[in-house]
Amino acid sequence: MAPLLRVLDLRTHYVSFGGARVVKAVDGVSFTLEEGETIGLVGESGCGKTTTCMSVVGLLPAGAHIAGGSVAFAGEELTTKSPRQLRRIRGRQIAMILQDPMASLNPLFSIYTQVAEPAYHHRRLRGRALRARVCDLLQAVRIPSPATRMREYPHQMSGGMRQRVVGAIAMAGGPKLIIADEPTTNLDVTIQAQYLDVLKDIQQQTGAAIIFVTHNLGIVARMCDKMAVMYAGKIVEQGAVRDLFATPKHPYTEALLGATPKLGSKEPLYAIPGHPPNLAQLPRGCAFHPRCPHAMPQCLSEEPAERTIAPGWTAKCWLLDHTAKERYASATA
Amino acid sequence: MGQFIIRRTLYAVITLFILSLTIFVVIRLTGDPVTYMAEPGAQPADLARIRSEWGLDRPWPVQYAAFVRNVFTGKLGTSFNYEMPVSTLYFQRLPNSLELALAASLISFLIGIPAGLISAVRVNSWWDNAGKIVALLGLSIPGFWLGLVLILIFSVWLGWLPTSGQGDWRHLVMPSLALGWYFAASLLRLTRSSMLEVMRSEYIKLARLKGLPGFLVIAKHAFKNALIPVLTLAGINLVIMINVAVIIEVIFAWPGIGRLLYEGIFQRDFPLVQGVVMLAGIMIVGVNLLLDILYAYIDPRIRLTK
Amino acid sequence: MASTFDQTGPSATAVAVPQGVPRRRRWIALLHDWPVLPLAILVPFVLIAIFANGIAPYDPTEPIPGAKIFEPPFWMPGGSTRWLLGTDFQSRDILSRLLFGARVSLIVGVAGTLVAGSIGTAFGILSGYFGGWVDQVIMRITDAWLALPALVFALFLATMVGPSMWNIVIILGCVYWTRYARVIRGEVLSLREREFVKLAEIAGASRTRVILRHILPNVMNSAMVLASLTIGVVIIAEASLSFLGVGVPAPQPAWGSMLSDGRSMLMVGDWWLTVFPGICILLVVLATQLLGDWLRVRLDPQLRNL
Repeated sequence: MAPLLRVLDLRTHYVSFGGARVVKAVDGVSFTLEEGETIGLVGESGCGKTTTCMSVVGLLPAGAHIAGGSVAFAGEELTTKSPRQLRRIRGRQIAMILQDPMASLNPLFSIYTQVAEPAYHHRRLRGRALRARVCDLLQAVRIPSPATRMREYPHQMSGGMRQRVVGAIAMAGGPKLIIADEPTTNLDVTIQAQYLDVLKDIQQQTGAAIIFVTHNLGIVARMCDKMAVMYAGKIVEQGAVRDLFATPKHPYTEALLGATPKLGSKEPLYAIPGHPPNLAQLPRGCAFHPRCPHAMPQCLSEEPAERTIAPGWTAKCWLLDHTAKERYASATA
Repeated sequence: MGQFIIRRTLYAVITLFILSLTIFVVIRLTGDPVTYMAEPGAQPADLARIRSEWGLDRPWPVQYAAFVRNVFTGKLGTSFNYEMPVSTLYFQRLPNSLELALAASLISFLIGIPAGLISAVRVNSWWDNAGKIVALLGLSIPGFWLGLVLILIFSVWLGWLPTSGQGDWRHLVMPSLALGWYFAASLLRLTRSSMLEVMRSEYIKLARLKGLPGFLVIAKHAFKNALIPVLTLAGINLVIMINVAVIIEVIFAWPGIGRLLYEGIFQRDFPLVQGVVMLAGIMIVGVNLLLDILYAYIDPRIRLTK
Repeated sequence: MASTFDQTGPSATAVAVPQGVPRRRRWIALLHDWPVLPLAILVPFVLIAIFANGIAPYDPTEPIPGAKIFEPPFWMPGGSTRWLLGTDFQSRDILSRLLFGARVSLIVGVAGTLVAGSIGTAFGILSGYFGGWVDQVIMRITDAWLALPALVFALFLATMVGPSMWNIVIILGCVYWTRYARVIRGEVLSLREREFVKLAEIAGASRTRVILRHILPNVMNSAMVLASLTIGVVIIAEASLSFLGVGVPAPQPAWGSMLSDGRSMLMVGDWWLTVFPGICILLVVLATQLLGDWLRVRLDPQLRNL
């Protein structure tokens, strides 16, 4: 059986200055997601995580377009669908949770109206059934006394509550895939933990697959089955969360793990030297080489190919190429 | 909320106090009204008599107190020329001015809001460029010149519309277009920028992510939010149009407040000018206050941040 | 960002332009980078204003010997190439009056804006820099002046102090400074918190020095943008006052008073008396608006929503 989502060699480009400048925000990204599975999409800001997600749901900002590759959802190709067909899929089959709970809700409509919309348009629920559905959804995201709170407006709720409402909206259409774009970044730490529990609940109740976009590896460890590490528009390493945490193969994954603060740890925090790359002006060869502690001459000239380490575990690094590594070792010896 | 209203009302009262002082001082600084009012060749004794008759020989603070008292009693003083309370004159003309201002508002709405909406939804398209040109012309074509050109085209050449005066709707077309033109352009600009800002918001992104039909995203989620500042401006515009349509009313011989003011200015009718300008100021400050409170009521964020 | 783009570098951008994205044409780029259109309009008008004495075929204040009154432009039946755009009610040359009128409009526009800008910038800086009660007082005064119907007040002042070009300059300056005060105050509020201002204060620079050396240069961009937007308003206001007969005194040619002179002949279809001066006002104001838009994008993108 085909996976729920198969993204293959996806390329999304931003074109500006009338075509004079092309930024490859997503440059050949491939990954798959089975039903009910959770994948963590990890990387520094500006590495193309959000653009990847927006390409999947077909809501790219002006100036961006999918230049190549395919996005197959439940066996259907999404990149060739019309905006109208995509609209029927959004909210009903693929839902998304945005970063900012304060800004994601329309201040002028009640919670009820906003949660009810996907159920109204996609599930054709009306009247009492719709009200019951909204009530259930709010209960599912653990909002106390939902029947009264759904008559309230966003400004009457705290940030954590609002983000739960956004979670309820995501569930409302009954999606098979939920994309959560840094859903906890703007929440307090204690509320973050509660919200992650809510998301887990949602997943258990609906059986939806989740793409979890984050730069927090702690969340990945807690929430995800597998993870994909993105750097400069490419996935540099992906595999099971357990494997990558235990024996990262790509120096960037290693660096990210080193940069994750461990609670109570006295060790000085290891920061990745250098700056995230400017996508408009990438270095030749491997994009990570200016910041890589193990960079070899080959890294400066040629881009590494993807290598399979184990089934479902791949990485793009010259260190994994034994001939390249030996050549370098003998040259330096 | 109560505190917010109190603070805002206090500001408005202070503003009005400064406004009354400004009007009072400026009017007295610019000249002695009695010399303008008296017949040429009047004797000093006559001037003194007029002066004491109108209380102009009293010290300024006393005169100012009288002015403020007149504002509070609602009379706004007595016109030199008409020998009637200014407020009576004002409210006699108000229906005419209101008629013109409402028609002009309607025109500015019909042009400004749809054009601004289309410009924002189809940004950088042919529609948007057309909207930008309309907005530019709105600010560049003087309203009174537009009025003259309209008279030339529709009255003189085509003979469709009467050149001036008040009567049925045909009398209203040209003055309201000439008056509403500038305001249409300002509404267009504001609708466009307000709409663009809302369209960039996260909640519009979420509405799209819900898979709502495109027109519903715009008509329900975006337009309602974008309309708040637009309606605020429209409210202020209406008050301004009532009080400052001087040239348009002169050109089209429209018997409104603008014409009253124009005649008052040329007849050096101090109390009349002073009273009408003060009343206009009170209305503008009052509408601003009202809209501020209404705004805070609709959008609680304002209450909390200011 | 454009500077970071280097076509020769080993960058990921060195790819063919994707299909469906048209290459921008050269002239569009030129229009985008330079204010070609506004300068093409403004430069000739400025030159005309400066060299009006040399260019104008006749004395604009004296009747042309041998010409009748209300001669039509040369291309119309009865027109003559001796007076290209016809004559007015005193058989004066309309072309010459238009050329000299440019001088009045531009001088009043620029000088009035300078006065408004100086008053408003001074108030804005004082209000923003000193804060506290100074800020409160200045802002309440600004509110009060904002509530005054500007043109009506200018009309009144002009009537009182008597018609003269420089009086108009000062009056319009005193009426249109409020927007500067508001915007500049906002700028100064944020500037005051910036490092270099704090450093200068810590280093013991006097307040005057901080204002003149550190604050003023940093608000000049905004002041320039505001100025470009105010000029048009001032030019139209001057035309309005001249139209109502309280602007530039009689024999001196101004576009507004030319419109007023032509008004009586509008009814018999002598359109050129009304159309030519109006088009001159329209062009100049349009050009300043366009220049203002260009400056706004160029100097301070944050002011786009002004």
